[in-house]
Amino acid sequence: MDLHFTPDAPTDTEREAVDSLLGEPDSNWTGGDRLLASDLRTSQAGHRGAGKRHLLLPVLHAISDRCGWISRGALNYCCRRLGVPPAEAYGVATFYDMFSLSPRPPVIVRVCDDIACIAKGFDGLSDDLASSAIPEGGESSPNGVIWTRSPCLGLCERAPAALISGAGEQPWHAVSAPATPVAIERVCHREGRAAEAGAEVRASVPQAGTGGLRLLHRVGEPSGGSLQGYLRDGGFAALDLAVRNGREWVVEQVEASNLVGRGGAAFPTGRKWRAVLGAKGPKYAVCNADESEPGTFKDRVLMEGDPYALVEALAIASFATGCERAYVYIRGEYPESTERMAGAIEDCEREGLLAPACPIEIRRGAGAYICGEETALFNSIEGYRGEPRNKPPYPTQSGLFRRPTLVNNVETLANIPGILLEGGAAYAAMGTDVSSGPKLFCLSGHILRPGVYEAEFGVTVRELIEMAGGVAGSGQVQAVLVGGAAGALLHPGEIDTPFTFEAMREIGATVGSAVVMPFDTTVDLGAMLVRIAEFFRHESCGQCVPCRVGTVRQHELLQRLQSGEVRLGSEQHRTLLGEISQVMRDASICGLGHTAASAVDSALLRFPIWGGSAR
Amino acid sequence: MNHRDADLAPDLTVPVPRGPVPAAPPGTERPRVEIEVDGKTISVEEGATLLDACRRLGIDTPTVCYLETLTPVNACRACVVELEGSRVLVPACSRKAEQGMSIRTDSERVRLSRRMVLEFLASGSDLSISPELSDYMERYGAEPSRYGEGGSEPATVEQPAKVDNELYVRDYAKCVLCYKCVEACGTDAQNTFAIAVAGRGFDAHISTEFDVDLPESACVYCGNCIAVCPTGALIFKSEHDLRQAGQWDEDRQREADTICPYCGVGCTLTVRSQDNQIVRVTSPLDQEVTAGNLCIKGRFGWGFVGAPADGGTEDGNGSCGAED
Repeated sequence: MDLHFTPDAPTDTEREAVDSLLGEPDSNWTGGDRLLASDLRTSQAGHRGAGKRHLLLPVLHAISDRCGWISRGALNYCCRRLGVPPAEAYGVATFYDMFSLSPRPPVIVRVCDDIACIAKGFDGLSDDLASSAIPEGGESSPNGVIWTRSPCLGLCERAPAALISGAGEQPWHAVSAPATPVAIERVCHREGRAAEAGAEVRASVPQAGTGGLRLLHRVGEPSGGSLQGYLRDGGFAALDLAVRNGREWVVEQVEASNLVGRGGAAFPTGRKWRAVLGAKGPKYAVCNADESEPGTFKDRVLMEGDPYALVEALAIASFATGCERAYVYIRGEYPESTERMAGAIEDCEREGLLAPACPIEIRRGAGAYICGEETALFNSIEGYRGEPRNKPPYPTQSGLFRRPTLVNNVETLANIPGILLEGGAAYAAMGTDVSSGPKLFCLSGHILRPGVYEAEFGVTVRELIEMAGGVAGSGQVQAVLVGGAAGALLHPGEIDTPFTFEAMREIGATVGSAVVMPFDTTVDLGAMLVRIAEFFRHESCGQCVPCRVGTVRQHELLQRLQSGEVRLGSEQHRTLLGEISQVMRDASICGLGHTAASAVDSALLRFPIWGGSAR
Repeated sequence: MNHRDADLAPDLTVPVPRGPVPAAPPGTERPRVEIEVDGKTISVEEGATLLDACRRLGIDTPTVCYLETLTPVNACRACVVELEGSRVLVPACSRKAEQGMSIRTDSERVRLSRRMVLEFLASGSDLSISPELSDYMERYGAEPSRYGEGGSEPATVEQPAKVDNELYVRDYAKCVLCYKCVEACGTDAQNTFAIAVAGRGFDAHISTEFDVDLPESACVYCGNCIAVCPTGALIFKSEHDLRQAGQWDEDRQREADTICPYCGVGCTLTVRSQDNQIVRVTSPLDQEVTAGNLCIKGRFGWGFVGAPADGGTEDGNGSCGAED
């Protein structure tokens, strides 16, 4: 490709950062300085360059991890190396929250200002930070640290939370949760050691050690912490069984299990596996670990606490469907999960345990909720902007690299080894007829013992709240958010609803990502709805008009309602809100737009907010 | 010419086939599918889109991001139709017709979505020189003003026009982010990749790398992006200047087709002039040589038209300076 570059050159450090990932350039066509004689006769860009486009996001990460931001020279060099037009690479880099294209200090404190953290004192924390030595945003700061607001960091059980990342030769990260300015400053100056990963993640599972757990029993135990421990606990028996009984048998078991996807869309997993098994290769498997739904952190806990099981499950999935490469796409806000998963993959590869399956590669997101949408995720891995594709074609027909692709959520995969070991029918017997199996629930907000809980489908919202010690704060529940920001706000009178797909649908709610977030009577529900609307406005990719403009108009209208400027009593504004909601639900490209008004709609039906009349 | 010469001279006439155009041999026809549109059954060849079917039935379907010569991006959602059995509406421009499909193009849901899409676009972007969209807005009863009632103003993409070269202006306050210019600059036409969508959500915008001015970017000034822009966000400098001065007057303009004088490709140019001055050059979309695309010379290289015949310099009065 005949590319045009601005004259900006990379610094030595930036060049090193890129080369550390890609190796030294072997010709002028791929970013080398010296003009080799052969370069004059043959072009080595073309397909060889274009074939590396999928490395764009990893290279941008390498630059950002090393330098803290991405300069013009660095982007130019990255484009030369990969044969990507600079305008396109700029478009990709500016798509993600975690990259900066202007200078910024090496240490960034991302403070979560999303719903769970607001309920647990973000406002106080931000006031304290405002009077601390750490400035909010900016190109420089006296101590090399700035803080920024962030959408949900998936640390809701320890709210209010902050994620601190430091760029440099040895990039580092740490979590401060519950965060205070003092705790954050200590972390920024790298005082004291972070707690052992195992200990920290165990605290996120209040049921740990109680027995009878199917998905969480290894979290915080030696069997989840090392390959030896995992193998002693019967690890990789399921993959062995799969190889012995063959692909067809595996897919039959998954079909018989009645397992449906745990990412939120609840698509029958067996049907997906069957479709990919029947498709012509090359095929790919993807584990969707871009968990970004506000209030959701179950996948993080599984990756940090039981990474080997996930590696085995992904190996089974790739084996059973005949995939030639598997990817784990982990959100950028989960550096600890990324490290744990990378370590687990390396251990398993070293022991040759993945031999029956295929290589597994980790890809890091960079701050974009939309990349959890499967087709946006494919574009992100391929090195394009994380914009969803129109469906059909579906991923099982044309997915990653336009090939048949199996995409499963982390929790969905975590069920697989158990299904094979016990048989699909035994699994299907758990839960209800429609909603089978065990399920993980994310309890946060005003709850006494927040964390990930495991229960069979059919458990009621009230039982879950009681398992977690009951409502904290004022002790009286005002509303419960279920399913996430794309879910529904339930009235206290509805908390005896069982958590099943069918029962939730009946009351106009959704299982979603199994968020259960009670708000006590002190919470301003209107403010929560404004925050949810702001979240979707911020996370819309901007591709389709209903969502790009609709999420903005929804947020603007809710702000005016919240400020008292207008009231819902007027027919005019109720109609407008309803119509914005409908066009997003009917005409958007993907699920983000389809559900961007769900929580607001559900809340206005149930609560007399802003002068509206709840039914 | 004597008889002998005529025998030796090559026959330069193209033989005209006699009779009707022969039918394709059997077996080469594309299979056809039957679908129902608003209760009417229509048969289209396999691979045709719902929009193709609608157009064949004469159903006027609004589109913003669709163009025959570009890959559908189905981003504007103005063409959505209701497909039986589908939970959500589907974009007619990209959804392929499948045997047995039944669609409705004017249901309550379809009308609401189309009205809202047009309203959203008009509430955020300046559509003052997009007459086609204004017509559709009237048809669907779009009321963009209802987002600005009361004290607070809705967010818009308002910004000063980018005037950084002599050939064309980028007035992104008029941009509706239809992606057409990006496609024309990329693999759908020019393969230059000077512009792309940057940013995210409502902040998404068309940009060069690091938003550098066009002369610093990869732009080759083919102007194919201007040709596909539906809202005048990309506009000839000549047209922009006349509009700014309040002198753009379509009643004083005329269009004429000609062949580009520069090279042997033979691109058809549609030259639009006002008071005998060329103000814009395009090429017909259905022209088989260009498909609407041109290069910098055909698009912009008409400064010589109206220059003095003896090559002298022109003064302000239009007469040759050497004579004074």
